[in-house]
Amino acid sequence: MSEDWICTTDEKISSDTGEARRVLDELLASLGKNQWAEEDTFGIHLAVEEALMNAIKHGNQRDPEKSVHVIYKLSADRLHISVEDEGQGFNPEEVPDPTLEENLELPSGRGLMLMRTFMSVVDFNERGNRVIMEKQRSAPSSDSSEES
Amino acid sequence: MPEHRRLEVSEVSDVTVVRFTDRRILDVTNIEELGGELFGLVEQENRKNLLLNFAGVQFLSSAALNKLIILDRKVKRAGGKLKLSNLRPEIYEVFVITRLHEVFDIRDDEKEALEAF
Repeated sequence: MSEDWICTTDEKISSDTGEARRVLDELLASLGKNQWAEEDTFGIHLAVEEALMNAIKHGNQRDPEKSVHVIYKLSADRLHISVEDEGQGFNPEEVPDPTLEENLELPSGRGLMLMRTFMSVVDFNERGNRVIMEKQRSAPSSDSSEES
Repeated sequence: MPEHRRLEVSEVSDVTVVRFTDRRILDVTNIEELGGELFGLVEQENRKNLLLNFAGVQFLSSAALNKLIILDRKVKRAGGKLKLSNLRPEIYEVFVITRLHEVFDIRDDEKEALEAF
């Protein structure tokens, strides 16, 4: 039942965007090393960056005393990641739909939607201060030796 | 002349063409600086018509979308027009998912965008 994880990371980073970028770069490098498709990597980049920025800006309010706990595990065909902040949490159901006509030009509310679009699973804990996301690797495109 | 660290700015008749200097731009560390430079084009340099050419841009976050929405408001308030061009397919998809392709005038390339002003 246990999965073969190629790499795992479990660390607490400060509420600092530079630290977030470092963690993100390490994750992207792991995906690259394991030849994940570009479109998968693009979506993961987008979703994980949104999660990290939400944790730092909205969750921890950029408080340098607070940290963000990042855990991710990568197998041959799946990424599992959890991002937890020390904030009060939020109710994702209360985030207005940014694609409604009246919200289209509001400069907010799109991060969560993009996370849900690009990841296979997006869940929050009850308090709303931890997001758990999964991405199932796309099937490799068989564009070679397909000629009939 | 104002300094632009994140942008390459040129003029084509009465349109200001803006390109981005970083390939992986518009993410956590530089979004505030970039937003400030874009807004400055309208508010300090009084440029009206802007074309943002995204050639070479690999990535764009929701924070960047927010900056573009605010920029669009500022341009409209100044009586100008904002157009976007040369978005890679993944980035264009982000605009479609969020329905922002209905808010922004997005063109395939710079030539087509310039002709549309």
